[in-house]
Amino acid sequence: MIRRTATAVFRKDLLIEWRSRALLTRVVPFAVLVLVLFAIALDSEPLVLRAGAGLVWMTTLFSALVIVQRSFELERRDGALDVLKTLGVDGTALFLGKAAALIVQLLTLVVILVAGAVVLYGVNVEPSALVLLVTTALLGSCGIGLVGTLYGGLVSGTSGRDTLLPLLLMPVTAPVLIGASRATESAFGGDAIDATTAWAWVGLLAVFVAAFAVAGAVSFGPLLDSDS
Amino acid sequence: MTTITTPTTSRSTSTTATRVLGTVALVLMAWVVVSGLFLTPADVVQLESVRIMYVHVPSAWIAYLAFVTTAVASAISLFRRHRSLGFDRVAGASAEVGVLFMAITLVTGSLWGRLTWGTFWQWDPRLTTTAFLFVTYVGYLAIRRLDGTPRQRARRSAILALLAVLEIPLVHFSVVLWRSLHQEASVLNTDGDVRLDGLMLFTLFSGVIAFSAAFAWFVVHRQRVAAMEDLRLTSGLDVALAERRAEAVPS
Repeated sequence: MIRRTATAVFRKDLLIEWRSRALLTRVVPFAVLVLVLFAIALDSEPLVLRAGAGLVWMTTLFSALVIVQRSFELERRDGALDVLKTLGVDGTALFLGKAAALIVQLLTLVVILVAGAVVLYGVNVEPSALVLLVTTALLGSCGIGLVGTLYGGLVSGTSGRDTLLPLLLMPVTAPVLIGASRATESAFGGDAIDATTAWAWVGLLAVFVAAFAVAGAVSFGPLLDSDS
Repeated sequence: MTTITTPTTSRSTSTTATRVLGTVALVLMAWVVVSGLFLTPADVVQLESVRIMYVHVPSAWIAYLAFVTTAVASAISLFRRHRSLGFDRVAGASAEVGVLFMAITLVTGSLWGRLTWGTFWQWDPRLTTTAFLFVTYVGYLAIRRLDGTPRQRARRSAILALLAVLEIPLVHFSVVLWRSLHQEASVLNTDGDVRLDGLMLFTLFSGVIAFSAAFAWFVVHRQRVAAMEDLRLTSGLDVALAERRAEAVPS
């Protein structure tokens, strides 16, 4: 039952996204713009090359804020979330469905940003590092997606949610930002981090994803309950 | 229906016990100020800057105590139906005081670092985690101020406080791993260990007791003020209705 509901929510979110094209027409241009602006601000090719991995994930985090806010704004508008609650939609299924849709969008964004880093920053990805890069992109997107959905739900429907979400989300996603940046740095051919250390960071990302998947699945329902 | 117990029959938030506690805290603070600034000797290595420790160490201790109190009170508030709002108010009051003392810890630590290490900030795991902890609880306090009924606030903030318990070890571990891969600052890196003589240790210990008493005093008063705020919020409409009715009755 949970799986069916989660799949329905997942499909609904992606369908809305597909029809509105918000990711492609607004978020992706914003993200690429941030990549360009970072390069202008740093104003040094070696520095940009060295910081490329961190900038990709920092940009992903900024863009995630935009996507999460939009995702819950859609639920809030016309009381869609209240209708789902009235229908007795399971909180865990709702969380998993929305998180999965967000993860797919984030993963698409990361792929575009990595391509952007290759073109704009001149980073080089060896074929042997592809497995590491793909695993990091997947787990990093999962980490930000899960936490984003959880905290997006926490502040949805309240006044001041636009300013609160970054304040709550940024500190929590610090382990993802650090871990994913270091692992991606290794995949980009950075000398500072060897493959073994990079996989240790991937391990940390996996622990983070597992912890927040469980925490979100358990607490999302009670968070959305209006009163008791 | 939300039930709220009034902590006192009067509008005051103090009782004889809290007055005694407040007086004890003040006397101990005064002793720490006198001993820390005038009676204890300067350190051999750190000279006068060691005196910052008499504020810094107790503040850090209180901040951690406060956040543990918030986590425990939040867990009780979430899993117990009876008097859950009371525990929620304790959690909120404790977090407020904790953020204040964590700010004091960060400021005094930076000042001490400037004098001892020659820099206000080092990307050391403990400092970085402390900064994240501070921002996390500032976010927690912001969540507590959101609109909604006291019960909604209690549940929302209790979940957030428990998520912080999950988050902090992950942040700390990632920062430790991150820093372990970097070379330590070699020019400015000095040994921060402090060798304490008897009076210095006693003053530091007195500071911890004084700050703990102040923490308890702050939390008791703050949660009583919060109880009154909740009471006003939930009974405000009833009071307004009663007033309008009273106006309608001919004298």
